[in-house]
Amino acid sequence: MSKIELRDLTKSYDGKVNILEKINLEVEEGEFYVLVGPSGCGKSTLLRVIAGLEKITDGTLKIDGKTANHMLPKDRSLSMVFQNYALYPHMTVKDNILFGLDVKKVPKEEQKRRLAEAAEMLGLTPYLKRKPRELSGGQRQRVALARSVCSQAPLCLMDEPLSNLDAKLRGQMRTEIRRLQKKLGLTVIYVTHDQVEAMTMGDRIMVLQGGKIQQTGTPLELYNEPANTFVAGFIGSPQMNLARARMTDMGLILNDSLLMPVSEEERGRLPQGGRWQIGVRAEQIELAAAGDPLAIPVRVVNTEMMGNETQVLFEVGKELFTARWTGQYLIEAGQDLAIRLSADSFHFFDEASGMLTRAALQIKGHAALTA
Amino acid sequence: MARKNKKEAEEKQKKPLPLWIIYLLPSMLIFTLFVIYPFVKTIVTSFFATSNTGALTQMVGLSNYISLFTSETYLHSLGTTFLYTILTVPLTVVISLLLAVLSSSNLPGMGVFRTIFSSTMGISVAAGSVFWNLLFHPTAGLLNRVVQWFGGEPIGWLTDTNFAVYSIAAVSIWMNIGFSYLVLMGGLKNIDDSHYESVEIVGGGFFYRLRKVTIPLISPSLFFVVTISLINAFQSFGLIDMLTGGGPNNSTNLMVYKLYNDAFVNFRFGSASAQGIVLFILIFLISRLQTKLTERLVTYQ
Repeated sequence: MSKIELRDLTKSYDGKVNILEKINLEVEEGEFYVLVGPSGCGKSTLLRVIAGLEKITDGTLKIDGKTANHMLPKDRSLSMVFQNYALYPHMTVKDNILFGLDVKKVPKEEQKRRLAEAAEMLGLTPYLKRKPRELSGGQRQRVALARSVCSQAPLCLMDEPLSNLDAKLRGQMRTEIRRLQKKLGLTVIYVTHDQVEAMTMGDRIMVLQGGKIQQTGTPLELYNEPANTFVAGFIGSPQMNLARARMTDMGLILNDSLLMPVSEEERGRLPQGGRWQIGVRAEQIELAAAGDPLAIPVRVVNTEMMGNETQVLFEVGKELFTARWTGQYLIEAGQDLAIRLSADSFHFFDEASGMLTRAALQIKGHAALTA
Repeated sequence: MARKNKKEAEEKQKKPLPLWIIYLLPSMLIFTLFVIYPFVKTIVTSFFATSNTGALTQMVGLSNYISLFTSETYLHSLGTTFLYTILTVPLTVVISLLLAVLSSSNLPGMGVFRTIFSSTMGISVAAGSVFWNLLFHPTAGLLNRVVQWFGGEPIGWLTDTNFAVYSIAAVSIWMNIGFSYLVLMGGLKNIDDSHYESVEIVGGGFFYRLRKVTIPLISPSLFFVVTISLINAFQSFGLIDMLTGGGPNNSTNLMVYKLYNDAFVNFRFGSASAQGIVLFILIFLISRLQTKLTERLVTYQ
């Protein structure tokens, strides 16, 4: 019902600096599409452009195949959930949920039916007569969602809807929003700065930085084959370990300080050139077995014990690397440790541009589902 | 634990004079001298006949009050004050609200309008009166020239008994808009943009937005402005003193102006005090009533 298409969309406030530059994007019907990036990257502006709250400087926006550049927000048949929920303090929960339906001339009976349905779906039935200030943060969030559900617009835009909630509630609402979206078959465009939300909720993700698209793809594509060092560092937690690497006769040297021996076969699979930026995920760094000829000695700077896993931090030149091991390892800061790195698990990026030249050949757990 | 408490209690007892008295003393002194004492003195005076120096000569009971409410001039003054209030308060609030809403958008050049709209706040009553006196002038004034240009008869803006109170009300509205505008503007600026954007997405028009969002969300500021304007209207003095002196034929003789005349021109301090008390009770009751009536409609965030 609602397909969104952007062609070379550009947005500028002053005609000089482009907040968004040549954005191309296609969102399919019923898709959960996440726009993610650090603050100031233009993701909220992009959402507001799609909503019609901001004018388009250049390029085209199509909704359901029709050019919508100058369409009024009300004609775009969409609903929007704001970061602060945009609830009206003087209205009851019921009136807040039904807000706007009177403008659209929805009959009273129909309003009643939709209200009952939405309230039931989101567990708000007991609170309909309350004012927003008598609700908890999570409940307010649900009221905002209920308003969206009641509007029955096929497209829902969400602007960081979970950022005002505490961590536990955020986890709950993530699942709830995703379930709601599937149940109603909504097309959702969801803005967040939290890569965890992006990874867990999105069918597809667009990573934005400085008003430019860095990469679009499914969560696993972004995780397994980050297009550049920015995406590599942004997606995944803990952050991917990034370092400068150069090839010598003895092996790879990371950040001019750590010598990493490379086996003959691995050496054959290295990409062209002798200097790169490399990235390696924390779970790809292994603890070396005793007597391993390829073991690398490092000194532990800090450990973070999670209970089910242990994160070990050590220095590589001036950068900190994180290794993540399942299980409980009692390692003291300052202790010497032997680790094992495989060049096959490295992502190689162009030294100057930071663009991906070769993604990791082996990814731990990648075969888990098919096995 | 118990021992510690005991020790603290002992220390408390030892302190000679609580320090807070010293901090409060200046304001208590000023408050007593300039508010409590005059207030009590006014109540007392209102039950006495006085000499023309203000000395109390004879206790007369309620007769000051009785003669007030049987005096045609006083009742007329009371009526004019109500008329004046009804003329000025709603218009001031409605006009400043509209100006605030219109100038709250972020279009370029809005700053100029905001400055103009709030500028009367910086104009003194005296300067404003001089300025309006020129406009109202029967022959040379701009207003009458405009009237004549349209082919009308010149109007005695301040000299015609049918016009004077309206002229004064108009000037008063003009003078008070600055303050109301500023307060309402502050209220508007506190409304989060997302509240308006929600309306935009559902497609509500200007009046829908005003009725459903703007007015309810600035209700605390509106309430404040209405209260202050009401009190100001009942206490109007400066403009009348400057422009009409209560005339012509008492048609602009508002309560405070009459009070002032009785006290400092006619030296009837007893009657003036009684008028002061009546005014106090009136303002008190009306603000109370207004609070009761509008409380329900005000939402604090």
